Amino acid sequence: MKSNEVITLAKMKQGETGTIVEIAGGHGLTNRLEPMGIREGGKVKKVSGQLMRGPITLMVGSTHTAIGYGMAQKILVEVDGK
Amino acid sequence: MKILLVGNPNVGKSVVFTRLTGVDVIASNYPGTTVGFTEGKLKLDKEFADVVDVPGIYSLEAASKAEEVAVKMLEEGDVIINVIDSTNIERNLNLTLQLVRMGKPMLVILNFWDETHHRGIHIDVEKLEKLLGVPCITACAVSGEGINHIVTRLAEAKVSSFKYNEKERFHEVGNIVSSVQNLEHRHHTLMDRLGELTVMPFTGIPFAVFVMALTFVVIRFIGEGLITRVFDPLFEKIWAPLVMKLSGVLGSTGFIHDILIGKLTDGGIDFVQSFGLITTGLYVPVAMVLPYILSFYLILSVLEDMGYLPRLAVLVDNLMHRLGLHGLAIVPMFLSFGCNVPGIMATRILESRKQRFICVALMCICVPCMSQSAMIISLLGKHGISGLGMVFLTLFIVWTLLGFILKKLIKEETPEIFVEIPSYRLPHMGALIKKLWMRLRWFLKEAIPFVILGVFVMNILYTLGIIDFIGSLMQPVVTGILGLPKEAVMSMLIGFLRKDVAVGMLVPLGLSLKQLIIASVVLTMYFPCIASFVVLFKELGLKDMIKAALLMIFTSLFVGGILNIIL
Ligand SMILES: Nc1nc2c(ncn2[C@@H]2O[C@H](COP(=O)(O)OP(=O)(O)OP(=O)(O)O)[C@@H](O)[C@H]2O)c(=O)[nH]1
Ligand SMILES: [Mg+2]
Repeated sequence: MKSNEVITLAKMKQGETGTIVEIAGGHGLTNRLEPMGIREGGKVKKVSGQLMRGPITLMVGSTHTAIGYGMAQKILVEVDGK
Repeated sequence: MKILLVGNPNVGKSVVFTRLTGVDVIASNYPGTTVGFTEGKLKLDKEFADVVDVPGIYSLEAASKAEEVAVKMLEEGDVIINVIDSTNIERNLNLTLQLVRMGKPMLVILNFWDETHHRGIHIDVEKLEKLLGVPCITACAVSGEGINHIVTRLAEAKVSSFKYNEKERFHEVGNIVSSVQNLEHRHHTLMDRLGELTVMPFTGIPFAVFVMALTFVVIRFIGEGLITRVFDPLFEKIWAPLVMKLSGVLGSTGFIHDILIGKLTDGGIDFVQSFGLITTGLYVPVAMVLPYILSFYLILSVLEDMGYLPRLAVLVDNLMHRLGLHGLAIVPMFLSFGCNVPGIMATRILESRKQRFICVALMCICVPCMSQSAMIISLLGKHGISGLGMVFLTLFIVWTLLGFILKKLIKEETPEIFVEIPSYRLPHMGALIKKLWMRLRWFLKEAIPFVILGVFVMNILYTLGIIDFIGSLMQPVVTGILGLPKEAVMSMLIGFLRKDVAVGMLVPLGLSLKQLIIASVVLTMYFPCIASFVVLFKELGLKDMIKAALLMIFTSLFVGGILNIIL
């Protein structure tokens, strides 16, 4: 299997799905993200991104969460192939 | 015995609480509705148990003031009722397992059971009960199903036998979920699709503009409709003749007559200008303000229960960051259009002290509550849309500029938005009406006594000549800077009790449109009413409250002065 591109959640396109490979933040960040299901190995779908580095919303399982752009830049996702 | 209702945000704890205790609390479809704790009593066989509605938490580590309240509260409970959302057990059980470690007797309520069916979710409750070793009860809190089981099985609450290694928590949750839950393949529903489209910028922003415009139009339509079709006829055709009879009995004049009924105009009653307790004192809260309160809270409740507010928060996040806030601050702002008191309380969902200060300051200075707005609309509406537009535009500009300045002045990083977005739900009619009724009751209880007190105090001050005295004292400011007649001071004094009465007091002064605009803006900004003031003090503490108060006085004079020059 050929490995797919790894980019930050912030860079993903609306509607793309993928698998989280790394959360490059401190404990504070991972602790907040974890309960929402946002953790390494989890499947995500980027639902929306706003203009001018606005917040990103993402879906993990049936939980839809909005996070800041800065947080989204710390989440690395391996994007599913087409 | 103290029973705590604990769980993730937005899982229905508050509805369960109301069902168990009969104590009404607000429930809405967004995380962070409950920000403090409310206690109620539940009657058991022989004794009463204290039940506490606790703010929702995702984990035992608090991120906001509201969550702090919740985590502190946990220590005090004897029994924990862990409410979970059956449509999302994975996320919810994560907290459940953390609670298990506290070693307290527990019960698990699988709420939203009604929604599992059409979402194709099957949960083996017996198995879950065996695994966790505590009673698991299915429920639909809004309809009341399952609530009786909670009561009958309360005595079975026990310390969970579930043991695990903290590092393996997510793994354990995963294991539990895969062994008790069976998901049918589920199609994307229309609601899901709408849920996504309305947070995407290109579809979401036009939709938000549409929703806001519609909100405005509908509030005004219902409010005016109720006034002209129901309340005005009621007062003019039924109440006025009765009061006139009483007036005759009292001899049409004298101290008692003037306090009760006020001054007659051309031998008749002018409900806005008479200023008696049973004329203006009733007419203002009931016929001028109540209709708008009703229509505002109707629309707000629909938006809340649908789950729209968190989406709006995402869309306005960028704008709010320019004011040192983040998108979620739109929720307290929105609430404060109804009344500043719940607005100030709701700032507890914001994480930092800076945000809370800015948010509270902006809403106290620039957001008129519905009572005041209703009066401004009635007073300025007569002069066409331009006067009204000017007032609200001014408030909006000051809101933006002041936020921008405060953001620069207060050195502290504003955290980014972080919020769960609930799925859209059709509001449950019963729940909606109940919430509306609660808010109306609250308004009537708070408003009418204060309005009547305001009218009474005004009459006394006026009779004693104190008004004239203070008026002359303040004349340089009020006339010099703001360009208002010195009698307007009176209205500002009363504004501390009730802003709606204060605006009403402008009517007999015969102000020009320009003066009306200035007075409306200044009355919104200069100081909060006493009810807000008390909450402000509790929430901000003495030091920040003084800062906020000085800011209000200064801003109102500054803005009022500028309006006086440029208009
Ligand atoms: N369909 C359905 N809706 C429910 C049920 N229980 C609660 N709701 C609705 O879900 C929303 C959230 O309920 P709340 O009681 O405010 O939730 P909460 O857990 O107190 O939330 P926070 O105070 O934010 O932590 C409200 O709009 C309720 O009307 C249920 O069993 N079924
Ligand atoms: Mg609640």
